[in-house]
Amino acid sequence: MRIFDPHIHMTSRTTDDYQAMYDAGVRALVEPSFWLGQPRTSPASFFDYFDALLGWEPFRASQYGIAHHCTLALNPKEANDPRCTPVLDALPRYLVKDSVVAVGEIGYDSMTPAEDTALATQLQLAADHGLPALVHTPHRDKLAGLRRTIDVVRESALAPEAVLLDHLNETTVRDALDSGCWAGFSIYPDTKMDEDRMVSVLRAHGTDRILVNSAADWGRSDPLKTRKVADTMLKAGFDEDDVDKVLWRNPVAFYGQSGRLQLDITTPDALHEGNSILRGGE
Amino acid sequence: MLTDRKELDARLSDTAGTWLDDALAEAAHAAAHPGADSGPLPWELRFAAAGRHCGRDHADSVRALLLVEARAAPSTVTRLYRQGTAAERRAVLLALHRLDLGPAAVPLVEDALRTNDPRLVAAAVGPYGAAHLDAHGWRHAVLKCLFIEVPVETVDRLGERARGDAELARMLRDFAAERTAAGRPVPDGLRTVLALTAPAPAPTEES
Ligand SMILES: [Zn+2]
Repeated sequence: MRIFDPHIHMTSRTTDDYQAMYDAGVRALVEPSFWLGQPRTSPASFFDYFDALLGWEPFRASQYGIAHHCTLALNPKEANDPRCTPVLDALPRYLVKDSVVAVGEIGYDSMTPAEDTALATQLQLAADHGLPALVHTPHRDKLAGLRRTIDVVRESALAPEAVLLDHLNETTVRDALDSGCWAGFSIYPDTKMDEDRMVSVLRAHGTDRILVNSAADWGRSDPLKTRKVADTMLKAGFDEDDVDKVLWRNPVAFYGQSGRLQLDITTPDALHEGNSILRGGE
Repeated sequence: MLTDRKELDARLSDTAGTWLDDALAEAAHAAAHPGADSGPLPWELRFAAAGRHCGRDHADSVRALLLVEARAAPSTVTRLYRQGTAAERRAVLLALHRLDLGPAAVPLVEDALRTNDPRLVAAAVGPYGAAHLDAHGWRHAVLKCLFIEVPVETVDRLGERARGDAELARMLRDFAAERTAAGRPVPDGLRTVLALTAPAPAPTEES
């Protein structure tokens, strides 16, 4: 079984997670830039983070045979902090990088005017750079937030098929699919969405334009949720091809719109002897 | 490690070859009109995009060609390195000795040697590092290669710089002793380098 996790924050995860993900079948992932839990106080800390997503983290992933791509953006939460908004001006020089496969996560957190500006600006940046966009839907006031998000997408230069609406659930999936966008589901250990509910959504809405991710980060989350959904699908009567479509071909099709996916893994030359992640003796 | 233009032309698809021609023309234009534009120059955007247009395997070579064609100045090289992905940084390091930079790019080499990414460390011990690293920095670079298992054969002018270096020999012996005490294997390359630190034979009478 091959798995592509289209939304996971590996910077917050350990090498044990990488190994467990590989063992579970994960061969590719996309790491969206997001909030770090601790608010940033200047654009410079975003740049160090973006550099890590373009340098160190893909190296770590490659040590475990996993292809690492990223999406870059100013996240909705920090779009409200004027100390951080200059990040928007620097994004163009990052969006040309080879492993950037979308603009994201963007979207709404509290639906403020600053978030309106950041969302519209970044959808335009995606269009300008030939990239799709990963749009997070808010945790609070979700349905209203989703509808407002869809309106902003409609007004943007980006086609709906270039937009992935993420963190959906039973109440938002219909509107999301009707908009023509892709629909992403984050499977968490507790509240938001679980494997069984995900399978019910797939039964009700089919497998077209649907993506499943673990959204694992620094909070309570599980980087193996993609595999658990796959297993639950098989138990519920979906076949191998359905699983492959949802957990591999759909994310490849969505992020493939960037023209930048590189799914063959080459381990760095210097490590041909199968070394694991190095501590450099330090 | 770098492929020259002729060989690249033979290996690239028609589309990629045309892309490279255009990119090199933009770089040549920038070389002929220094300071003409502000913001990222067209060839610099090509520098970033090289992997997806010419293939990841050719990205180092294509990026090096662009740097040479643009006659990149120390300020440009430094900016491209600082703002680059790991792959872009590696290409900058591999091209340094082909550019007219003097010692201005040594801080980039030192930066790469502080990372734990073997691809960057390997690129940092190329011809430019061999020419410009001081004795202390160079010895630590060699030791770092042994630590993170970059093959010592990657180190440019290894034999020449190691010859008669008693301090390097001491560092290698101490490292070997530390590994042995820990019950861990001594890296293969260590003995190779240690043998190279032997002093040059004394000049003979007739020479
Ligand atoms: Zn996220």
